[in-house]
Amino acid sequence: MIIALAVMALGAVVLGAALGYASIKFRVEGNPLVEKVEAILPQTQCGQCGYPGCKPYAEAIASGEAEINLCPPGGMDGVRKLADLLGRDAKPLDAEEKPKQVAIIDEQTCIGCTLCIQACPVDAIVGAAKQMHTIVEPLCTGCELCIKPCPVECIVMQPIAENLDNWKWKYPVIDIKRAA
Amino acid sequence: MTHYLFIIVGAVLVNNVVLVKILGLCPFMGVSKKLETAFGMGAATTFVLTVATGASYIIDHYLLMPFGLEYLRTLSFIVTVAAIVQLTEMVIQKVSPVLHQVLGIYLPLITTNCAVLGVPLLNVANKYDFVESLLFGAGSSVGFSLVLVLFAGIRERIEGAEVPTYFKGTAIAMVTAGLMSLAFMGFAGLDKYQ
Amino acid sequence: MLRNLFKFKGGVKPQTHKAPSVRMPIGEAPLPERLYVPLHQSIGGIPDPVVKVGDTVLKGQRIGAADSWVSSAVHAPTSGLVQDIAEHVAAHPSGLTTLSVVIEPDGRDEWLPREPVDYRALAPERVREMLRDAGVVGLGGAVFPSHAKLTAAKTVPVEHLVINGAECEPFMTCDDMLMRERAEDIVRGGAIFRHLLQARQVLIGIEDNKPEAVAAMKAAVAALGEDHEVIAVPTRYPAGGAKQLIRVLTGKEVPASKRSTELGVQCFNVATAYTAYRALAHGEPVVSRIVTLTGNVEEPRNWEVRLGTPMRDLVALGRAKADTARFLMGGPMMGFEIPDLAAPVVKATNCLIAGTPAMFPAPPPEMPCIRCGSCAEACPHELQPFEMYWFARARNFGKTQEYNIFDCIECGCCGYVCPSHIPLVQYFRFAKSEIWAREREKQAADAAKARFEWRNAREEREQAEKAERLAKAAAARAAKPAVTVSAAVPDSAAASVPSADGVALPPSTDADAAKRATIAAAMERARAQREAVQPKNTEPATAGQRREIAAVEARRAAVVAGTPEQADAPKRVEDA
Repeated sequence: MIIALAVMALGAVVLGAALGYASIKFRVEGNPLVEKVEAILPQTQCGQCGYPGCKPYAEAIASGEAEINLCPPGGMDGVRKLADLLGRDAKPLDAEEKPKQVAIIDEQTCIGCTLCIQACPVDAIVGAAKQMHTIVEPLCTGCELCIKPCPVECIVMQPIAENLDNWKWKYPVIDIKRAA
Repeated sequence: MTHYLFIIVGAVLVNNVVLVKILGLCPFMGVSKKLETAFGMGAATTFVLTVATGASYIIDHYLLMPFGLEYLRTLSFIVTVAAIVQLTEMVIQKVSPVLHQVLGIYLPLITTNCAVLGVPLLNVANKYDFVESLLFGAGSSVGFSLVLVLFAGIRERIEGAEVPTYFKGTAIAMVTAGLMSLAFMGFAGLDKYQ
Repeated sequence: MLRNLFKFKGGVKPQTHKAPSVRMPIGEAPLPERLYVPLHQSIGGIPDPVVKVGDTVLKGQRIGAADSWVSSAVHAPTSGLVQDIAEHVAAHPSGLTTLSVVIEPDGRDEWLPREPVDYRALAPERVREMLRDAGVVGLGGAVFPSHAKLTAAKTVPVEHLVINGAECEPFMTCDDMLMRERAEDIVRGGAIFRHLLQARQVLIGIEDNKPEAVAAMKAAVAALGEDHEVIAVPTRYPAGGAKQLIRVLTGKEVPASKRSTELGVQCFNVATAYTAYRALAHGEPVVSRIVTLTGNVEEPRNWEVRLGTPMRDLVALGRAKADTARFLMGGPMMGFEIPDLAAPVVKATNCLIAGTPAMFPAPPPEMPCIRCGSCAEACPHELQPFEMYWFARARNFGKTQEYNIFDCIECGCCGYVCPSHIPLVQYFRFAKSEIWAREREKQAADAAKARFEWRNAREEREQAEKAERLAKAAAARAAKPAVTVSAAVPDSAAASVPSADGVALPPSTDADAAKRATIAAAMERARAQREAVQPKNTEPATAGQRREIAAVEARRAAVVAGTPEQADAPKRVEDA
């Protein structure tokens, strides 16, 4: 009995020491998984997941703190990709899925307060104090962060309309022959 | 030499660790959705399993047997395998980030893989010596990788198939695994030529 | 000389249906009431409009200027008044709109002064520019700007220039009629391309079901004393595909990763050669093209149609029969259904087919793929359509790319032979456009990430600078009271507690006055600076910017119009 305890204790000490030594000796900064997760996230930087930006959310996912279904802009598609990568189960999205949108400022109402400029995570709003602001549409990620700060509620979200540049061929409708 | 060949062929095909021994089913189901991940997992398992059989043999013969502690085998094998996997992962991450990219996320999954524990225990049960143990370990893991890659290839195709709703996902995968298992049972016939 | 021809793999032999539309010579389509000329008629950049609403334009006047190298100009097809520059339905399977110049013809059809040039006397770069500004694009249907194809690879001299008169699509006869009636201009156009590419030999490939065209081209070559070689190639769809024709004529197989110029071959359509000659030797830019109107019409025929003519007007010329159910642009193999006949004829419109349910019956129901391999045998690009289909169906787009889906030319041979009637090409188009959409999204995400990181870096830097400034100011404040303490009234309270607004309490009236003077001086300076400043950003916006602004304004107007309703909505709910 004592021998058994001693042997196991010895094993534990040796292995523990080796692991401890290795974790100091072979320490590597950064987590490659974070990068992989971040590559899947849509980079809207909207914070709807509750984390300040896509990278913090990616870190939280990689460390197992966060669920994978918190990203509304990524949609169910994004959740599925994350589930594939991490080997977790795909859960339904924790919010409503919306079509892609861009923000539009109504310049008649805009008072030039610059609050939305400060809120925009990707610098997609141009303007200066007491000057009208406008949104550079190709850069807008549709994060909605500029809507709340606006004191005169002159920003609205507009779904991106289909045009010749983003038009897609549709999935062929399968007409399966019915059994008679 | 034929003896060694039989051990390898037996481990890879006839007594396939997944389809005949029914060991290591969690990764077999879990990481077989894509061919690339199946390759990664297969490579990682091959590496770990070979190392683990060697280490287990040493522990068993030089630590447990001399003190008559055979009843501690399961416990000590698990601890050893877990420690070795962790150690390997850290070393690979530092030494070869490229290899870590390939094997990285699978290594921790192997820590508690029943195939990795089962094969050393089978070695003991079969009373293999050190070289035989290593060969059996390597053969088993090659067999594991083989069926994992085959299965992943099949599953990628199943994705496009019209599977009845209630069979979608894991259910049809299980059915497929069963059919593959039946097919591998056919290798039992190789025995006749021994 | 009997030339040794090669074979391409696969292909099919559908019924040609070409006879009805070659009975009559090419007709001149009359001026329509209104022309809708889309600005984007070629692969590549969208030309900027260079005319304004209300301008009077002459035939051949440039109305859209190429905005980049891979882009091509657009011209007024007749003289008249620019009524509008607005969105109009496009010749596209989606039926979506595109920015078009609406021209009301004045009936005179008056040309802009045409200036013929001698291409031999000009630098090749200049000739390429002229072709771009004349709107010369591949008229076989791909509408790739031709000037961009007219540069030889640096290392490989061009051995063969292939002029493509194969016209393998069923029903289509526009190239056939062009070769019969205007063979000499085509041959001269081939000579221009040959000159630009310094090609050793010109091969004109024509399918052997067009003996009249072959004879006409041979006669033209002989009459002009050129050494082009006119070759009849076996009739088999898609012999008119660029890579297939190159294979048949030269035996060279163009790999997926390479351009044909890297193998010393280049290929142009006969109509392209024709328009290039007209553009240089007659100064006539591309304002019309020959369109086959055939199928279920009383009078199938080829028409020379001004670009921008609504398809409805063209169909009226041939008098579509009553049971016509739909119209196809392009051939039955590669074409698509036109959702709206208001769409104009564009440079890509080579054929318009009126179809009845009997001619193009609804496809039989799709049956499961039995992996018979017929599609792989028929594929002229040696792809494996059944594999690509399987993964496109499962939306596993990575795998479709592994099976080289982007080498697919969508010729339709696979779907034609499929015993299970699977619309394979539709699956491939679906997969391709999904992959493109994902690529666009990925790029947008990367850009957003870069901008976000840059913004964070900037904010950090600004904060650090602010902290530094504050620290400096604090240090200065700490030093200043020490000086005042030693020099003037020892006011320990003022020295140790700086006032809340950051300005130290005035130690003396002298200092106060001096400060006021400095402030006044600074204000004066600022005023002078303000006056000296010239207004900036006053240069007129480019056409592209103006167009973008207009689009934004329109969207904004729609939003503003919609806002009151949205604001009312919750109120109504509360009332209820």
